[in-house]
Amino acid sequence: MLGKTAGGLFWMYRYLERAENITRIVETGQRIALTRNQENDDEWASVLQTASVDLGYFEKHDELSSDLVIDWMLRDKDNPSSVMSAVTAARNNARQVRTALTHEVWEAMNGCWMRLRDALKRKVNERDLPHVLGLIRQRTALVRGATHGTLLRNDIYDFARIGTFLERADNTGRILDVKYYVLLPSAAAVGSQLDNVQWETILRSVSGESGIRMVYGHNPSPRDIAAFLILDGRMPRSLYFCAKKLQDNLGYLAHDYGSTATSHDLAVQLGKQMKERSIDEIFDGGLHEYIQDILIALGELSRQIEVDYRFYE
Amino acid sequence: MTKTYDEMWGTEDALRAPYSQFGQWFEGEDPARLRAKQREAEEVFRLTGITFNVYGQAAAEERLIPFDIVPRIISGAEWKKLTKGIEQRVRAINAFLHDIYHRQEIVRAGRLPAEMIKNNDAYLPEMVGVTPPGGVYTHIVGIDLVRTGDDDFYVLEDNARTPSGVSYMLENRETMYKMFPELFSQTKVQPVSQYPRSLLRSLSACAPASAEGTPTVAVLTPGSYNSAYFEHAFLADQMGVELVEGSDLRVVDGRVAMRTTQGYKPIDVIYRRIDDDFIDPLTFNPESALGVPGIMDVYRAGNIAIANAPGTGIADDKAIYSYMPEIVEFYTGEKAILQNVPTWRCNDPESLKYVLDNLPELVVKEVHGSGGYGMLIGPTASKKEIAEFRKKLEAKPGNYIAQPTLSLSTVPIMTKAGLAPRHVDLRPFVLVSPNGVDITPGGLTRVALKKGSLVVNSSQGGGTKDTWVLED
Repeated sequence: MLGKTAGGLFWMYRYLERAENITRIVETGQRIALTRNQENDDEWASVLQTASVDLGYFEKHDELSSDLVIDWMLRDKDNPSSVMSAVTAARNNARQVRTALTHEVWEAMNGCWMRLRDALKRKVNERDLPHVLGLIRQRTALVRGATHGTLLRNDIYDFARIGTFLERADNTGRILDVKYYVLLPSAAAVGSQLDNVQWETILRSVSGESGIRMVYGHNPSPRDIAAFLILDGRMPRSLYFCAKKLQDNLGYLAHDYGSTATSHDLAVQLGKQMKERSIDEIFDGGLHEYIQDILIALGELSRQIEVDYRFYE
Repeated sequence: MTKTYDEMWGTEDALRAPYSQFGQWFEGEDPARLRAKQREAEEVFRLTGITFNVYGQAAAEERLIPFDIVPRIISGAEWKKLTKGIEQRVRAINAFLHDIYHRQEIVRAGRLPAEMIKNNDAYLPEMVGVTPPGGVYTHIVGIDLVRTGDDDFYVLEDNARTPSGVSYMLENRETMYKMFPELFSQTKVQPVSQYPRSLLRSLSACAPASAEGTPTVAVLTPGSYNSAYFEHAFLADQMGVELVEGSDLRVVDGRVAMRTTQGYKPIDVIYRRIDDDFIDPLTFNPESALGVPGIMDVYRAGNIAIANAPGTGIADDKAIYSYMPEIVEFYTGEKAILQNVPTWRCNDPESLKYVLDNLPELVVKEVHGSGGYGMLIGPTASKKEIAEFRKKLEAKPGNYIAQPTLSLSTVPIMTKAGLAPRHVDLRPFVLVSPNGVDITPGGLTRVALKKGSLVVNSSQGGGTKDTWVLED
């Protein structure tokens, strides 16, 4: 496989994952805005922060409103992480690696882009928002479905998966990074409604609200939430789950190619680092520092993969 | 003026035999359903991504070439005759290319003026004395044909550089299968879907001696912003080979190699979809970032096959075109089976005078132009356009050739008001390898969608049709 193709697959699936994650965060913001009584635009600031798109937003806008935030996150071309920007980038990468994809995957990706381009041509008004969010979910899910159902399980699939899980780990990591303070034991004591909103934001943003109920019941503690999102190997968006998948897929590549790359060692290390410490030990050592270390490690891993597999000249 | 020949109705409004089954089927169809199908087809094309970028327009704009559902139908017997002529012509073109890059017997014999080659930008001195692997120059050729009567086919143009459009031939058929399966169970149409396999086989057969085992073939594209990128990706995908760009390639140990996830891997045959000038910045255009520095050295050492060979453009040059009857005869010893359109070379003073005197009746083309740009169609041009063109022609006569305006045949298209005739041409695709010449039955039918228009180019309002060759 061409190094460029590996890179194209990696980025196609990173952007696809990003589009889904941003959608999920917008959905969360919308949901919380509807279920809280008082009008509070601070929630939208928190939504922007959760998606790590707050800096760009405040460069462009002086005021904060749900309309502007939703527009920024769904369709603004100036925002490289808006859903439309991410889907367009995913589609352009797919076009680049067209020969590595099956017809089904390409058509699902191209169809996703075509439908969203139409749906996001104009500002989405409040009434249409649920429909549009649903459309994004469906269309991206179709690409994922075609991927699982038709892609050959060789290096093509490995790079697709590596892109997916790096982006996902990064997303979960960033959410934890900006919200870590509401998970600290001191915050639990406060137990205010604000904190519950924050917890809900975190859980919904990673589609973890029903999963955690199955594992911890209705009143999870912040410690439970942290354990669930960092260490739980059953939770498909937890940091450990993603690290494990990265390790697996880099392992398949090493096996296929007959040689182990540095990036594989990094992924193994990352998994080990998580396995070795319990959630209490993580809190003792400092949750924030721990998350930051992981984000840095993910960045390094991403760069090493680029080098190991010759994405660029 | 005689009535235009229609491929469905002839000149006498009597359904021609190749269309008899289609005509019957069409009679029984509800026009509303057919129009709905037409829209459905466009949706399929958009989803598949069969789009092209128009030069000079916003890069992001991907346009669709309109597709018309009424097929262009050719009988098996008609096709057989055509293929004989095409094969003869293509063999002559390859012999001609070998000759002009070696002994130039045709010039020595006085059948072609030396200045036709000497002063021609398409002639590459770098190719002199080079014999491509397998001796093949034009691995892929598209011969543009037009028809003016039952038995009258003319070659309008030979495309010996990098003919495009074959993906439309294939996708048009796939779309027709999807939309009208019943038509194909009634009428036996010769398949075209073997083309990618034939192409790979043909290219592999031209691999240089340095190839080990199964030759590694790759398609070289200028990149995803190129107007024909879809086709490049499509062909690479269908052949199961890598689609590479210049930035993926470099010369390693005397071979052209591509950067894979496991290091550089040598390539044996490169199907390049970039122009001669951009192939090698060390040999040709030094500004080119699309090609591979040093590839020409590898080529001259016989360690890679390039399809088509550099320098083949000399054979499809419009000035050389006028010599094609002589060229065919010189190399095959036979009269050309396919007719050339009578052509006036404007560098000849007498011809120039005739052309200037008769501009309103003639088609005048730039010698090196393509895509229907830079040409004058006398009968449809305004007085002002003709006057402007006259100035250009007088300033640089050697730049132009002129031909009579042919009454191109028509094939009906589906319009809101039912069937309506539109002018068409035909580009069959021809593969050449040391094992022989392979012509896919059919080709690409381009159709001028505007009533009365003779310009079929997709960049100027042309569409395409599925082309059927019947099993007789």
